[in-house]
Order: sequence, then C-alpha cells, then structure tokens
Amino acid sequence: MNGLVFQMTPRWRYRALDFLRSCVSSPLNITLTAAVIALALSILPTLVHWLLLDAVWSGTSAKDCVGHDGACWIFLRAHAGQLLYGSYPPGQRWRIVVAAIVGIATAFVAGTSTRRLGFLSIGSMLLVSAIVIGVLTAGGIAGLPFVATSLWGGALLTVVIATWTIVTALPLGLLLALARQSELPIISALAVAFIDTLRGLPLVGLLFLVIVMFPLFVPPGFQTDKLVRALLAFTLFNAANFAEVFRGGLQAVHPSQIDGGYSLGLPKWRVTALIVVPQVISVSIPSLINICISIVKETTIVLILGLFDLVGVLQAGIADPDWLMSPNVRTTAYVFAGLVFWPICFLLSRYGRAIERRQPMTSGVSSAGLIN
Amino acid sequence: MRGGKFGLVLQLIVLLSVVAFVVGIADNVATNLARLGIKTGFWFLSRPAGFDISQTLISYSDDSTYFTVFVVALLNTLLVSLLSITLGTLLGFVVALSRSSSNGLVAATASLYVETFRNIPLLIQLLFWYFAVVQALPAPHASFRLGDVVFLNNRGLFIPSIQFGDSVWLMFGAFAAGLAISAFVAANARRRAAAAGQIATFAQWTLLPPIALPLAVGIFYRENIAWSIPNLQGFNFHGGITILPELLALTIGLSIYSGAFIAEIIRGGILAVSRGQTDAAMSLGLTRWQTSRLIVIPLALRVIVPPLGAYYVVVLKNSSLGTAIAYPDLILVFAGTVLNQTAQPIEVMTITLLTYLALGFVFSLATSAVNRRVRQ
Repeated sequence: MNGLVFQMTPRWRYRALDFLRSCVSSPLNITLTAAVIALALSILPTLVHWLLLDAVWSGTSAKDCVGHDGACWIFLRAHAGQLLYGSYPPGQRWRIVVAAIVGIATAFVAGTSTRRLGFLSIGSMLLVSAIVIGVLTAGGIAGLPFVATSLWGGALLTVVIATWTIVTALPLGLLLALARQSELPIISALAVAFIDTLRGLPLVGLLFLVIVMFPLFVPPGFQTDKLVRALLAFTLFNAANFAEVFRGGLQAVHPSQIDGGYSLGLPKWRVTALIVVPQVISVSIPSLINICISIVKETTIVLILGLFDLVGVLQAGIADPDWLMSPNVRTTAYVFAGLVFWPICFLLSRYGRAIERRQPMTSGVSSAGLIN
Repeated sequence: MRGGKFGLVLQLIVLLSVVAFVVGIADNVATNLARLGIKTGFWFLSRPAGFDISQTLISYSDDSTYFTVFVVALLNTLLVSLLSITLGTLLGFVVALSRSSSNGLVAATASLYVETFRNIPLLIQLLFWYFAVVQALPAPHASFRLGDVVFLNNRGLFIPSIQFGDSVWLMFGAFAAGLAISAFVAANARRRAAAAGQIATFAQWTLLPPIALPLAVGIFYRENIAWSIPNLQGFNFHGGITILPELLALTIGLSIYSGAFIAEIIRGGILAVSRGQTDAAMSLGLTRWQTSRLIVIPLALRVIVPPLGAYYVVVLKNSSLGTAIAYPDLILVFAGTVLNQTAQPIEVMTITLLTYLALGFVFSLATSAVNRRVRQ
C-alpha cells in the first residue's frame, strides 16, 4: 500500500524537498547558500532593469537611447535587414526566404521519414534541394539576377558557412578516417599527415593561409572570392576534426562484425559500406554533434577576414558614429549575439547528450570528440 | 604486399595524383612569384622591422629585426596562453568541485556558469570583454583603485612590481636550494615510511624552506629591493607593471571560456572514481583527507590528464582569436604586419604555422610525460 501512495505523490515534490534540504544540510552549506542568494540578489535586479525595465524599446535613432541606462534594443530593429541578409539587394531578399523554407522542409522530411523513403530517394531529394537553394541564393541563371558573395551577410552568411561546412566536411572526414585505418601504407600515411597537421593549426591561421596563399597557388588570372577561400579552410579544418571522431567510432566496431560480413561472402567495400560505416555513424553521433556545435561557434571567426556575418554586421553597426553616442549600444549588440548563438548551441548539446544516454555504447566514443 | 594488386595500383594512383597536385601548385607558385617579382628566402628576418609593438616582453625598438619581432610575438602568444591556462584551470577546478557539491544551489550555479559560457562563441565573448567592458572603464584620473597601489582604467590594469636589483640571482638560488631541501626531506620520509610499511603523512613544514630561504636573503639585501608603484602623471600611469587592455580582455575572456570546458574535464575525472573505491578506503580506516590524497586524486588524475593536456593545446590555438581585439600575438603581428611589410607570404606563413604545430607538439610531449608519472 505504501508503495502505491509513494507513486501517487508527484516526483518533483520530493526532488524539490531534497533540493531545499541540501541547501541547509550543514553549517558550510548554509553559508554557501546565503552567499549564492546574496550574489543573485545583487545581480538579478540589475540584469532585469538593464534588459527589460530600463531598456529602450521604441524609437528610431540613436538619440532615443541616450540617457537610458538599459539595453538599446532599437539598435537591432534599425539594423534588422542587415542582420538577416547583410547587403543582399532588398528587392531580391524573397529568394532567401524561399530558400530557407525549402531547406527547412527538406530537413524535416529527411529527418522524420528516413526509414520509409530509403537512402536513394533521401539522397536525391537532398541533392535537388541543395541545387535549388544554391540557385536561389547565388542566382545568375533561370532569370534570377546574380548576387555576388561579397553582398551576402548577416544571419544568411552565418547559416551558409555553417551548413556548407557540415555538409562537405562530414563525408570528407569519413573518407579520411577510412583512409587512415586502411591497410595500404601510403594511403594511411597521407591521411595521418593531413589530419594531424590540420588539427594542430589554429583555424585563424589556416584562414590567413588560405586568404593570402590561395592566389599564389592557382594559375595567374584565376580569380576566387574571399568567401569561397574561407569555406575551403572551414571544410578542410573540420574534415580533419570529423575524421578524428570517426576514428574513435571505427575502433568501437567489433572485429567480429567485419568477420561476419566476410563469412557471408561480401567483398571488402560492401563490408565497409553496409556493416562498418552505419555502425560508425550511429556510434559517433554525440561527438559529431559536438563538432557541429564548434562549427556553429567558429563561423563568427570570418569577422577577422572582413566578411560580414551576424557578428560582423553588429560590429560594423556599433562602429557607425551615429550609434557611438550611447554607451549601451555595444553591450546590447554583444548580448544579442550571445542570445542568438546560445540557444542553438545549448539545444544541440542537450540533443547530443540525450542520444548518448539512449545508446550507452556511445559513451566511450564521445570522449574522442574534440571539445571546443 | 598488403591489399593485393588492386591495392598497389590504387596507392600508386593516389601517390601520383598527390605528387602531381603538389608539383602543379609549386609550379603555379613559382610562376606567380616571378610575375610579382618576389624573391624567396629567409634573409628578410635579419632586416630591421621599423614598427612599434604595443606589448614587448623583451627589449625591442623600431630598429630591431624581423626575427626579434617573431620572438616578441611568440612570447606574447605564450604569455596569454599560459595566463589563461593557469586561471582557467583554477576556475575550472573550483567550478568542478562546486558542481559536485552536496549543496543543490551551489551545484546549479556552477552548471549555469558552464552552460552559459561554453555555448556562446569565444569571439563574441572576447569582443564583449574588450569593447563593452574594458574600453568602457573610466579614464585614468577616475580609476577603480585597490588601496593606492592597484589601478584599473581604460588604459589597462596597473599593478606594483618589485625590483630586486642585484640580489635577484641570490633570491632565485635560495628558492632553488629551498625546493631541493624540501624534495630531499620528503623523499627521505617517504622511503622510511615505505620501509616501515606505513603511509607517509604530509608535514606542512616541508613547504617552509622554499619560502623562508628567499625571504631571509631578501631581508639581508633589503637595500637592493625596491617596490615600483604605479602613479598618475599627466594623463597616464607610470611605474609598476602595466597590463594592456587587450591582454586584460583576452585573458579574462579566454580564462572564463576555457574554465567552463576544464570544469567538465575535471568533473568527468571525479565522477570516474567509483564510489566503491572511496568506500573501501574509508573502511580501511583512512581519514577523508587520506582518501582524497591517496585514492581519489590519483585515480581521477589518470582520467583528467590526457583530455586536459589536449585542451591546453586548444587554449593555445584559441589565443589566436586575440587578433580580433588587436592583441599583438603571432597571427596579428607576424602573419599580419610582417607579412604585409615584407611581402614574403610563403616564408612568413610557414614560420607561423610550423610554430603552432611545434608548440602543440611540445604541449603533447609534456602531457604524456605527466601522464606517465600519474600512471605509476
């Protein structure tokens, strides 16, 4: 009977009671609790005042923010177009909206009905929508005016860099990892050299290298824009990081699985494609998500190259003499940037941890994931 | 040959394409360099650089050579990396202990810190600390002050420094001698305890010699020692040590960001020590302190050291983001200014990137040395 009563009492109530009890369980804990509460009481009201009560919500120009000791939210409204699209021509911005809808719809269909549709149809659907998105964004054919990448900016550029990097670096990283553990010595040595060199370099250094050296590497007269060069560096750098994760996954595949494949009479490449790779991918997912989080965070580095991603647009906005008048504009810009990136990275990390908990066999592999 | 005939052919094809690729690039580079009239070679390193650097740890003037510039930039990179590694580790240690605290509120606060700072891009945090915090500090005449010796303003952090004069080497010598005495005493005690089948206990006084000996030397030579205290002259402070705003913001930002990751690494190590181990130690009659020192810490260190060492390399690499707030590190000064002035992109980029690879290699050698010791 007791057990039944116990189950009917909501669990959170016990947890809440436990929590409260733990805060006052010893003299030391009482002191610590008092200190934390004192800290919260000194910070929280200031924070609420700055973010909400004293913040400037209406107005159009920098003058409206002068004299208010709170966030200058109207700075963001004044730069909304730039923050979303950069210098993308206003008349063409509908193309980005359509491309975003296509992208989200594709991801939704691919994510919810992977099993039902099968590998081939998912693959061709992704390819078609990638082409559609590319055509919509860059233009130049099908009656759409060409928009140079130097005009791309804001959230558009951030999403382009992050998506491009993940989509290209993942397969390249898998190939590199397979090459690394190949029994062919030359191939394996080349893969090791590539992976270890790139993982030892700071991304900023690699971006400098690509920006400065690429024009020397190509035949005279061959032109590439800055974004393409930056994307090349992002792809290579993260392919090496993904390869390191996949290596951990490859070590987690039990040798008997491969022997099983051979004993069925499958040739080597089919054992790899049908038995090894699927297991490696599913085991590596939590660590792959960690790398994706660092890619999302790394996109901001293009600011150093003078590309105007979300942070670049904010940085240019606060350098505008009009907005320099109010000291709160800078803080507002960085707090906003943090508020944009934080939920994305936080939810991704929660998702990764949930998967890790669901498949216990991944827990050993996740520590192989590069954390940054 | 492993892989059979197919493998051999495949490897040949890959090798030939890599060679063809490299030769093709080398050919393009040669053509382009000839077209631009650039002569390759490292002789430019001995030419005078002729520009100023805001922070120099060794003596530097604008007629120092490009090689000196390289050393200055390298030292700046190392300075901020080592500062951030030290502060980040201390912070991470405290936060990891707080997260494992029995007090739910303390643990929740520590989690809030970790989840907040590691999920916001480092670059945004650095821009925030530099442009929104450090640059918004009051002007020198209205500095925040601690007593009349430490000053914080928008020109940086000003702290007093000690000038030892000629006695500096004697102080170092006394410190080294003190360390040697402590090590000798400790080793002796450990051997005697082991011979008697006991556990050596830690005696606080073994810490005394490395502190007392230099102190004694200092008192003896006190006329040679002088404090230099920053004081306001005109619009800025003179004397003491100046920590420039860029270094200040980069150290704060990098330490807080790294602290969140290091806390997770240390917490992972603490969690990895199973409850059974500590229970067994307690049931053998060891005190709580002995349990921590002899069981928990050694076992946790085995789990902590490899990822922590790897993360220190990440901190080193992350310090290159200081470029965005004009911290004069390897990337900004050497791969930036020197490259633009000398027009020697190949040599400069090679030196810069090889330096990062070499530093990372040194770090990982140190990590494996520590790891070997921890595993004994």
